[in-house]
Amino acid sequence: MPSILAVDDSPSMRQMVRFTLAEGGYEVVEATDGAEALALARQRTVNLVLTDINMPNMDGITLVRELRQLPAYKGVPLLLLTTESAPEKKAEGKAAGATGWIVKPFSPEQLLATIRKVLG
Amino acid sequence: MATDLSRFRQTFIDESRDGLDAMEAGLLGLERGQADADTINAIFRAAHSIKGGAGTFGFGTIAAFTHRVETLLDEVRAGSRAATAELIAALLAAVDVLRGLIDGAAAGASDDPSACVDVAARLQALLDRQPAVAGPAVPAGPADTAPAGWRIRFAPQPEMVAGGNDPVRLLRELATLGEATVVADRSRLPALEALDPEALHLAWTVTLTGPAATREAILAVFEWVEGECELDVAPLEARRDAVSPASAAPAPTAPPAAGGGGPPAPAVGRGAAAPVPGDATSLRVSTAQLDELGNLVGELVITQSMLGQIGRDFEPRRLEQLLSGLAQLERNTRELQESVMRIRMVPISFAFNRFPRMVHDISARLGKKVHLRVTGEGTELDKTVIEKIGDPLVHLVRNALDHGIEPPEERRAAGKPEEATLTLAACHRGGEIVVEIADDGRGIARERVRAKAVERGIIAADAALSDEQVLDLIWHPGFSTASEVSDLSGRGVGMDVVRRNIQALGGGVELRSREGAGTAVAIRLPLTLAILDGQLARLGAQVFVVPLVSIVESLKIDPGQLGELAGRAQVYRLRSDYIPVLRAADAFGIPASAGSAGGMLMVVESDGRRAGIVVDELLAQQQVVIKSLEANFRAVPGLSGATILGDGTVALILDVPGLIGMTHRGGDGSRHGHPRDGLAVAA
Repeated sequence: MPSILAVDDSPSMRQMVRFTLAEGGYEVVEATDGAEALALARQRTVNLVLTDINMPNMDGITLVRELRQLPAYKGVPLLLLTTESAPEKKAEGKAAGATGWIVKPFSPEQLLATIRKVLG
Repeated sequence: MATDLSRFRQTFIDESRDGLDAMEAGLLGLERGQADADTINAIFRAAHSIKGGAGTFGFGTIAAFTHRVETLLDEVRAGSRAATAELIAALLAAVDVLRGLIDGAAAGASDDPSACVDVAARLQALLDRQPAVAGPAVPAGPADTAPAGWRIRFAPQPEMVAGGNDPVRLLRELATLGEATVVADRSRLPALEALDPEALHLAWTVTLTGPAATREAILAVFEWVEGECELDVAPLEARRDAVSPASAAPAPTAPPAAGGGGPPAPAVGRGAAAPVPGDATSLRVSTAQLDELGNLVGELVITQSMLGQIGRDFEPRRLEQLLSGLAQLERNTRELQESVMRIRMVPISFAFNRFPRMVHDISARLGKKVHLRVTGEGTELDKTVIEKIGDPLVHLVRNALDHGIEPPEERRAAGKPEEATLTLAACHRGGEIVVEIADDGRGIARERVRAKAVERGIIAADAALSDEQVLDLIWHPGFSTASEVSDLSGRGVGMDVVRRNIQALGGGVELRSREGAGTAVAIRLPLTLAILDGQLARLGAQVFVVPLVSIVESLKIDPGQLGELAGRAQVYRLRSDYIPVLRAADAFGIPASAGSAGGMLMVVESDGRRAGIVVDELLAQQQVVIKSLEANFRAVPGLSGATILGDGTVALILDVPGLIGMTHRGGDGSRHGHPRDGLAVAA
């Protein structure tokens, strides 16, 4: 079962992402901020990382940059959850090594479609 | 798959409330000049999360309104907008509006955009005044008329795969738009020995035909790799003329649905929110606590099956096993009970949170300068206690702001700093929690209290009272220190109500005040309301429970020490003191028992006042689970609840503060009036 690391400081977002992806047949690992996610990612490799940008301790862009430094995460899709009000975040995210992004607000169906597209 | 989003709404509502509290605390900090990056980021993050969640979970009005708040905060964060008092005031007003909207959402009301019109206009005015960062991206330009097909040349940079974008995925996605013919270009492929297996050396040309193949749809497929490839999309009829070196894609636009993104620009559904299962009584519990509960229940199940087995084929020689099984059961039960009680404990910050804002608003209205200091906000208390101390605390804080703290001029004249300090402190002391509300204001003027008490006929004009006794008058029902009723404190609720509410929780209140130096009110509260260490006592055929904390001592009655006072009240001479005697059997109308000749006297204490309760016999001491009388029967003066004993009988729990109040009123007249009415006291 492909595994996905979902990183968001908002419990409702995590709940929604977990529920949707679990229904879609993915194993979901959660982290509440970038620092926690990075620690988790060092212990195990997942097939995809889905991260919010604005979080305490370590933001999503920094997380992506750090993950790309890890040999195990070369080529692993890293997706940002971003808002329409921050187009510059997409460019910043790409520069840090992100694979792509999902624009908030999104529906569970859109989320699953995007993940399916990336993980095949 | 259509997912019902309403299941996540309660979580969203809870976290939004927390977020609003954090925003408010941050904004108040900002106002005090605490404009560090952490504070501003925390405020921004809270607004950002609320907007994102509101959009996702279908609260369109909240999302649209928060968007303005977020934009302003983003500008502050970027340093392009100053955090002026005006801005902070508008953002605080926005927090209030959002609270209202969230409450509405929680109650299942549909979005009411009119509730936020005024504040939205205020925010918009601020946004308009200083045109800062450009707004959200403009939606896509005019749609192309679809030509017969497209020729797409896609030449990724060698490093693209390292970023997680698989060219095969992109080509496959492209193929979903219509009929695709893909030709690979291997001209960049190096010789085998020079080949870097992690780099990409191929390029492709795709011929795509089909009605869904619009330029937007094609560009959307490549949206994530813009800048990491050469891309040229040309209509089939047209000659391939321009090959842009970096990116042929126009300015990034919001992706159409096929691109995997969301709807473009401020995509906030205007649909009415579906009813939310309103649950104001929910409690968030950490997963660790749930795991612990699960473990304990698991152990309980094991113990139960072990006992079951012993019981099925029991022989006397297995008695020891049975006893050890029962001991294990007792331990399991106790641990489970403690674990469940711990879940009910929440930090007192839940009750303190409202004060920074309240102190800010009220002191501004009164023209006073007040610094609020909060300590011990992590102190944990039973959730029920927290819910019930809210109103008394508000009352005491308002009193301090309204009457205690002086205006700046008066403070300066008295040689004090203009800014007053109001302290809210909570700490553990013994088995209790002490919450203190202290100010460094003018203190309570004994002469004014006295004059007021005389005017109200509470005391005689020439009564000789100690300093302490004068202060005590404040707790008298109907006593109000405010000479004129202000709209803040003078709501007809006196300090007696505060005290009664605290006593109803099994706590107590103490007041200290020094003229010119300030006033402090200390509230003592029990850790929990659900369990009590009790002394069982027999009265006639009935068993009563007396809370152990209120018992000072118990002694055998010496009839020689009993005396009558003023004809009605009975007193007992306890060493050098006289204490009022309460014959509980009479008070509750229990027929006199055979043992009435002797009996025991339980000396109990509450709020520094003592009384003796006559009982027939003392029984065991044990923990009892408190059941509400009000919920199951009705409130009875002198009783605080009931419990069920091991043998299944119901035992009533004595309300010691209430009973003492009654004996004092019956005993020495009006000075220490206790608001509770009811039962005649003493024999």
